Amino acid sequence: MAQFNLNVNGKTQQVDVDPSTPLLWVLRDHLDLVGTKFGCGIAQCGACTIHLNGTAVRSCQLPVSAAEGAQITTIEGLSENGDHPVQQAWMEHDVPQCGYCQAGQIMTAAALLQQNPNPSDEEIENAMNGNICRCGTYLRIKAAVKTASQKL
Amino acid sequence: MTKVNTKLDRRSFLKVSALAGGGMMLSFSWLAGCKPTVEEELGLPKEWFELNSYIKIGENGAVTLYSPNPEFGSNVKTSMPMILAEELDTDWKNVWVEQADFYPERFDRQFTGGSQGIRMGWTPLRTAGATARAMLVAAAAQSWNVPANEITTSAGMLEHKGSGKKANYGEMASLAATLEVPEEVELKDINDFKIIGQSKKNVDGQKIVTGKPLFGIDHKVEGMKYAAIVHPPAFGMRLKSFDKSSVMGMSGIQDVFSINVFKDDYVQNFFDTTTFPEIIAIVGNSTWEVMQAKKNLVAEWEKAPETKIAMAGFGGNSMEVTVPAGLENSSSHKSRMAEFLKKPGTVVRKDGDPEGMFKKAAKVIERTYSAPFLAHNTMEPMNCFADVKGDRAVIYGPTQAPEFIMGTISSSLGIPRENIQINLARMGGGFGRRAYSHHMVEAALISQKIQAPVKMVYSREDDMSAGVYRPTYSATYRAALDENNNLLALHVKAGGIPESPLHANRFPAGALDNYLAESWDIPSNITIGAFRAPRSNFIAGAEQSFLDELAEEMGKDPIDFRLELLKRAETDPVGSNNDYDPKRYAGVLQLVKEKSNWSQAQSNIHRGVSAYFCHNSYVAEVVDTVIKDNKPVVESVYAAVDCGIVVNPDAAANMGEGAIVDGIGNAFFGELAFNNGAPTKTNFDTYRMIRQKESPKKIEVHFVESTENPTGLGEPLFPPVFAALANSLYKATGKRYYEQPFAPQLEMENLRM
Repeated sequence: MAQFNLNVNGKTQQVDVDPSTPLLWVLRDHLDLVGTKFGCGIAQCGACTIHLNGTAVRSCQLPVSAAEGAQITTIEGLSENGDHPVQQAWMEHDVPQCGYCQAGQIMTAAALLQQNPNPSDEEIENAMNGNICRCGTYLRIKAAVKTASQKL
Repeated sequence: MTKVNTKLDRRSFLKVSALAGGGMMLSFSWLAGCKPTVEEELGLPKEWFELNSYIKIGENGAVTLYSPNPEFGSNVKTSMPMILAEELDTDWKNVWVEQADFYPERFDRQFTGGSQGIRMGWTPLRTAGATARAMLVAAAAQSWNVPANEITTSAGMLEHKGSGKKANYGEMASLAATLEVPEEVELKDINDFKIIGQSKKNVDGQKIVTGKPLFGIDHKVEGMKYAAIVHPPAFGMRLKSFDKSSVMGMSGIQDVFSINVFKDDYVQNFFDTTTFPEIIAIVGNSTWEVMQAKKNLVAEWEKAPETKIAMAGFGGNSMEVTVPAGLENSSSHKSRMAEFLKKPGTVVRKDGDPEGMFKKAAKVIERTYSAPFLAHNTMEPMNCFADVKGDRAVIYGPTQAPEFIMGTISSSLGIPRENIQINLARMGGGFGRRAYSHHMVEAALISQKIQAPVKMVYSREDDMSAGVYRPTYSATYRAALDENNNLLALHVKAGGIPESPLHANRFPAGALDNYLAESWDIPSNITIGAFRAPRSNFIAGAEQSFLDELAEEMGKDPIDFRLELLKRAETDPVGSNNDYDPKRYAGVLQLVKEKSNWSQAQSNIHRGVSAYFCHNSYVAEVVDTVIKDNKPVVESVYAAVDCGIVVNPDAAANMGEGAIVDGIGNAFFGELAFNNGAPTKTNFDTYRMIRQKESPKKIEVHFVESTENPTGLGEPLFPPVFAALANSLYKATGKRYYEQPFAPQLEMENLRM
């Protein structure tokens, strides 16, 4: 066990966990931020996507020891009032079915648009390809990313 | 207007105060900390007045509607309350929706599966809405001293035009709640619908996009422990022993023990799938710690002998079911299935003289289709929260079918069902998998053992290797043609491990004078369960691929050929037991023909068509592929759907799009194989799921305008897409695809191109 100071959603929080603990489980079990989801544990599905210094990363493969000192943003901190353009676009297109993968999809999309505000269809497909949606809402995800890009 | 008798469904009109434990049900979802986020103009009322199980109204006119069925992504949590709101005649923007907990004394059929939620809920929900409205009208009539039949309602307002009196529902709610439930109520004329048929956004949309706790896996209470499970590494194996000391010293680990899912004398029901009746549980302080301990645990496994289990049968009798011994392999599955090409099956339908026709045929076409086992792979792995103390249990988790597991939980815990509360979490996908809810029993037994609240979570590997799969199937179709290419007879012989996919009385049965259907099955210890459109999800692909090949052989357009057969089934049906309506079937083919511009061929677009009937609905689909970089790519999919009245059109289209993507994904990639009883894939690095890039670029879902009562939607768009894709790939590549998954074959061809 060791103590870590984490900057999550603009707040510094202290946790006492094993240094190998993936950030995903620190967020979910220790900080009660359960919006970030567990899907596969091997960085293959994207459900656990968060932003580390603005870049989309898979929190299931990121040891907490590697996250100290970085700006961590989770779905809960993407916007103050749930009105980030990507979140709004997700609502407008009524994207979710079961909803479980969508936090990861939104975090990947938000990071893409941060780096590339006007992505082409192909760039959207490439960026979103690491996020599995078992319900198959891919077309609405793509449409929502486009809508969000127009609003940025 | 239709009059319905409310006595048919009396329990839905019980008041909560009349029931023991009623407060528990109402309180749980509020305690979960999810404040309703529907556009909230009115604010929280000071007091709620309950008009029936589904509806309570605040003094300020706010309305809470309980959505009875578990939500796994089909959006019933929005569409079922829409039906209530329609007949209540309230304003949707004043409605808050709450997930009802499992409460069979209050709600009918709290089951999500078989695409039956809206179909079976249609009349009960309309009746509940109309009954509450009638009670509000009666209260206004009493207050204003005017005849009830002179009072009109609209958008949550009551009005008596003669006296000019007006009130909102909230003002009459306290009196209405004290009135007798009317014995008969009138339902709206469907032409007067204001909410049904108008797209409403997902009531949980805001919570989903902001990451609020909604799922069982998100649940947490003070003092809660975490648990992981370890199950045998292969089907046909069982626990021999384990070494507790291999993990007990590890950080955060509290206990390790084995649990037996079923009591010895328990008579199982059809949904008690016995995959691994004994498993090991590891309990500790956090998910990561118990998952680490799982990796370290030293356990010995042994081959399980053949076992017999008692299963509840029809009429209260129990029957004996045999689980075979042995470690099975996909290669031996294939060879055992191939033996049925030469062996007769069980005849399940025979019309005319098919054997005679095959003898005198000028030409016989025979094709065999197959598909592997599939894992459901819900994005949220199996998990459950349980708090069992003494003789009471609260269980909160993802289940499609709480009623099917309640008896098992009660038996396994030794606690009477009235002391067990099952609360329904939003599910991160279901697809049939969570109709089998032994994860709930496991969590409950772990909690009982430690007498503390616990959240048990499967790893992805646990989830993918725990069984309840879509079975592997095979089907052989034969057609007898005369010298002029007229179809004389059709023969299908289909089976699988461990069940047959055959629906012998579906199309093209009824359209053919000479028809033979045979079925077979091979027992296995690999457990199976419902998977989105069970059986149909294979047989539709086989049948509709064969009809495509047959149409080509006969020199006919594939849509026209199907329409000809359906015309025959409509005007002069063969046999009396044909479980489809040929006119509605033809209707979706005609609609997809129009919407896809079928008649206007484009040389660079390769099109395949397919149509199927299941879950009381009719669907026809056209898939367009194009060749890009020597590879076929799915460009567009057009679907025509007849599922009666569509409650929530945009959400219905979403569901349809998803089913099409799901079907294309499984047709291309879906496969679970076995080696010595163990699944060869246990996570998404090897189990290939369809992703954004492989998804079609465009999907259009068109609904037949209908005044028929609603029928299934979540499943019916799934089965036909397999053949529409295969038939399209044939046009694109010149090759027919008989074995799923298709992608490995396409990749081989691509290498040769």
